[in-house]
Amino acid sequence: MNERETVKSDPQFKYEVSKMHGGENLLRCFQCGTCTSDCPIAKFSETYRPRQIIRMVQFGMKDDVLKSDTLWLCASCFTCTDRCPQDVEVASVIRVLRNLAAQQGLAPQMFKDQCASIMESGYAYRIPESRLKKRESTGLPPLPKGNAESICKSLKGVDFVDHVQGGK
Amino acid sequence: MTTNKYLIFLGCAIPYRVAAFEISARKILAKLGVDLVEMPEFNCCGLPLDPVSHEAMLILAARNLALAEQKGLPIITLCPGCAGTLKKVNRLLKEDKASREEVNKHLREVGLEFKGTTDAKHLMQVLIEDVGLEKIKDTVVKPLTMLKVAEHNGCHILRPKEYIGFDDPEDPKTLKTLIEATGAKCLDYLDETECCGAPSVGISDKVALQLARDKLNNIKMVSAQALITICPFCHIMYDTNELRIEKMFNETYGIPVLHYPQLLGLAMGIKPEELGFSELKVNVSDLMKQIGEV
Repeated sequence: MNERETVKSDPQFKYEVSKMHGGENLLRCFQCGTCTSDCPIAKFSETYRPRQIIRMVQFGMKDDVLKSDTLWLCASCFTCTDRCPQDVEVASVIRVLRNLAAQQGLAPQMFKDQCASIMESGYAYRIPESRLKKRESTGLPPLPKGNAESICKSLKGVDFVDHVQGGK
Repeated sequence: MTTNKYLIFLGCAIPYRVAAFEISARKILAKLGVDLVEMPEFNCCGLPLDPVSHEAMLILAARNLALAEQKGLPIITLCPGCAGTLKKVNRLLKEDKASREEVNKHLREVGLEFKGTTDAKHLMQVLIEDVGLEKIKDTVVKPLTMLKVAEHNGCHILRPKEYIGFDDPEDPKTLKTLIEATGAKCLDYLDETECCGAPSVGISDKVALQLARDKLNNIKMVSAQALITICPFCHIMYDTNELRIEKMFNETYGIPVLHYPQLLGLAMGIKPEELGFSELKVNVSDLMKQIGEV
């Protein structure tokens, strides 16, 4: 207990987040905790606390925030956003943080798989042939096809997508 | 804009594993005189990629809006996630010139352009705003007055309130009204507007399933005979995962989970076999007996 741990801090981090679409109101947070007390995930998770994440960003704890697994637990239900008395748009701040984490290659595999699937077929999931056949037998019209070439071309230059494509 | 012709946007989850929603929705919309045109080509609305790239989400959503503009038709979606995304992006790009220009740079590469001339709506919004309650009631030939059910809305059809602007997220009434149009009673229960947990599946199944379990407990407490959903993901949480939740937490629910169009379809006198009931995981035989379908 004698050794003091120093927290690495980046004083510019809060401004970096505030400049991104959805993060604009970050500095308004006055730590009332409405987001956390109304969060359905926080109700059952031992670790996910949106108020804490917001405070850590304000303190500049960039690495701790972006490398934390709990960042990915948010269900994007937007209850926090709707109830925040300071209009922080908490869920959007979380999304900004996830985007920044993804830029550092920290996104869970699930998102990379969905991105690859969208670029291949247009659909986020790989729909099995049996499902397509079943559509026919139940009288549903054929599924519209994705235009893979056009999709990939229009997503060119988007950081995360280029990453996924490069990593294939 | 009131119309009876829409471009139908199925999204990814429905064709992947929630066929009953599409089957039943097409049946009831045909009965209500709503014309559906298929998308000329498809890509995901973008929502699944928003957590990792807001920019990719904007481009994917705008591609679909641009395609709809070319067709000169508004979009109808069955998935609240797709509806929420397309609505939010449509509004953002209509209002924010800089974002529109940024997205259009990508779209022009493939001969598309977002102009901001169309609209996107969820099935429920089309039913209440464009078709209208009276017309729906007129098609009911078999009122389901013997049923007491509970509803679950799905977050993205209501939140964030400022961007979606439909119903009241703290006390939503539309789905209840639509359910009661079938003759069934819609029960209130604790924490009705809370999330089902679906978006957290794959990140922490344990946390996600606890959310759904909490809701199922509250629904069981009011003795609802069925749960009515209007979102493919919520439906997966409660129907596909109900057995899993029962096993994981040592509970028994046996609550059938119906897509709203299945409920309305029954009230319209459409046979269960035409409404995709065989696709449901939770046993519906007791429910069918109660409404005299067996």
